[in-house]
Amino acid sequence: MKLKSLTLAVMAATLLPAAAFAGDVEVLHWWTSGGEAKSAAELKKMMTAKGHAWKDFAVAGGGGDNAMTALKTRVVSGNPPTAAQIKGPAIQEWGAEGVLADIDAVAKAGNWDKQLPVVVSNVMKYKGKYVAAPVNVHRVNWLWVNPEAFKKAGATVPKTWPEFFAAADKLQKAGIQPVAHGGQPWQDATLFESVALGVGGADYYNKAFVKLDKATLAGPTTVKVFETMAKIKTYIDKGAAGRDWNLATAMVINGKAGMQFMGDWAKGEFTAAGKVPGKDFICTDAPGTQNAFTFNIDSMAMFQQKSPAAVKAQADLAATIMSPAFQEVFNLNKGSIPARLDTPMGKFDDCAKKSSFDMNAAAKSNKLVPSFAHKMAMPSATEGAMVDVISQFMNSSMTPAQATERLAKAGAVR
Amino acid sequence: MSASPSQGRLSALADRWLPKLVLSPTLAASLIFVYGFIAWTGWLSFTESRLMPRYDWAGLLQYQALFENERWWTAAANLGIFGSLFILFCLLVGLLMAVLLDQKIRAEGALRTIYLYPMALSFVVTGTAWKWMLNPDMGLQKVMNDLGFANFTFDWLVNPDMSIYTVVIAGVWQSSGFVMALFLAGLRGIDDSIIKAAQVDGASLPTIYRRILIPSLRPVFFSVLLILSHIAIKSFDLVMALTGGGPGTSSDVPAIFMYQFAFTRGQLGQGAASAMMMLFTIVAVLVPLMYMETRSAKRV
Repeated sequence: MKLKSLTLAVMAATLLPAAAFAGDVEVLHWWTSGGEAKSAAELKKMMTAKGHAWKDFAVAGGGGDNAMTALKTRVVSGNPPTAAQIKGPAIQEWGAEGVLADIDAVAKAGNWDKQLPVVVSNVMKYKGKYVAAPVNVHRVNWLWVNPEAFKKAGATVPKTWPEFFAAADKLQKAGIQPVAHGGQPWQDATLFESVALGVGGADYYNKAFVKLDKATLAGPTTVKVFETMAKIKTYIDKGAAGRDWNLATAMVINGKAGMQFMGDWAKGEFTAAGKVPGKDFICTDAPGTQNAFTFNIDSMAMFQQKSPAAVKAQADLAATIMSPAFQEVFNLNKGSIPARLDTPMGKFDDCAKKSSFDMNAAAKSNKLVPSFAHKMAMPSATEGAMVDVISQFMNSSMTPAQATERLAKAGAVR
Repeated sequence: MSASPSQGRLSALADRWLPKLVLSPTLAASLIFVYGFIAWTGWLSFTESRLMPRYDWAGLLQYQALFENERWWTAAANLGIFGSLFILFCLLVGLLMAVLLDQKIRAEGALRTIYLYPMALSFVVTGTAWKWMLNPDMGLQKVMNDLGFANFTFDWLVNPDMSIYTVVIAGVWQSSGFVMALFLAGLRGIDDSIIKAAQVDGASLPTIYRRILIPSLRPVFFSVLLILSHIAIKSFDLVMALTGGGPGTSSDVPAIFMYQFAFTRGQLGQGAASAMMMLFTIVAVLVPLMYMETRSAKRV
């Protein structure tokens, strides 16, 4: 008995220094622009404060495509970074490759299950174990409105689709482009999912784009969604082809256009132009999506580490990411909202407060749905095939019925 | 001197082995990095590889999926349109410019440089510049409208039915000067006495070009076709910079398809299959050409 406790003490004594020894944290991310870079710097500050050495591994460009290529090389060569910015079902795909680390112990200690909505924590788990930590939540189903332009046209901010088209007609008569849009596949898909949620509701959205139910996808609701899309198309200018999203946002900022469907990263463009939410611009739910919430969550997936020091550093990293202090300061900089439901929202602006309130409400009423245009809902192969159909519909004379048929076919791609 | 026999043997040995020794790193590099990787891609195209390579045999699954993919057929059709028009117009424009420059005109050197200059730009620069010029809101159309031609429209860049033709325009602008240089070199290589003999026989200048000069440019035609067809099939940067494959997927080409599926959509197997199809296309075009070329060379 005594011997056993002695061995335990010796073991503890030999293990402890190793555990206390600080490790390197290397985080692969593509937060390289403005507010995003500031947010990443906060994480670095907090980790170095804990005594870990921070090795920045930022790979800019291509919306993360370049970073993914770099990550693949590192993983294949057996030298993965501590964590990498991976989100949505891609976490499952990396989990299936058998390279992600189990951080369930950290999650249990931090009581993550309580602090995250179930739909969110499910994304962070592979086979029931936490392998990733959420950094922020972006809401996608926003409609950005220029109140000045609306006043000039005598239009009111729409809550339903008939109201939306009435407002669009008034804007057009006043010589203002009703909808600012960029004809890039992901923007077409962003518009589409807001329309799908507004026209079909959260149940339809879940069945069609999360469960990929063939009958729902091929059903009359999808035809209606495409019909609405076709109508919106007539309010978009010809120069939209290939336009970047922030240029479309600029059209709303300077009053050339009345509204834009875009996620809450658009807010950064407004505030950077010195505009105040509620006064110079209005953030409202996309028509028909009141109380529903399409989420796009950035997260850090943890990769298996060899040395105990690195494992300890990784656990600290995961705990830091989920700490209220980090969640608050990171999201204040980035314009999104914290993933933790209990983060104090006092310092955030009105749009973020509304977003946070709506997320809480939507989580309770099962109307919190993953955004498929932002790779949160389905395998990347399926998502790609669907986005192809949507963008072809936006750029050809395809009828809603044809588009529905092809979308259902795309939904079967795995 | 007495050392000469052994020295002679040594230099003979060096003569025999030195070239092989010097060439071997290049040979090894191209064996591994070209043919080795072709074989690897071929293998991947028969697997179910997703995010990362996996090596379990899946048969023709990826090819089957590829042939059912409508986007692939859009890309293939676009390659057909782009490839044939690009090669045709480059040949015509290049040949015409070469013939005109061949007329012993003044300032030929300067003109030649001007025509050849686009070749010095990368396709990305060409694509971006043409994107600005063809953009209806700020390019050619706007200039014409501002000049008072209110009805002038030129919106091919944003028109899904016409966008692939803008790629042809930019591509021809970029490459026809190079084709001209090749043809001009060919024309200058023809023996003057043949032309003089034809003139003595009373042939007019157009006849001389049609019956004598252009037929004797046959080997140049082959080289130009070889170069242009592989530029066309692997074209990626020009389309990426000019239209980004859009609007929608209307100006997609196989190289963009391959890149997106292999690297951004996590469908490595599917991407590998499309890369193999591109390889087969190149082989199908080039092998008969090269065969004809070597046969005609032997006959001469």
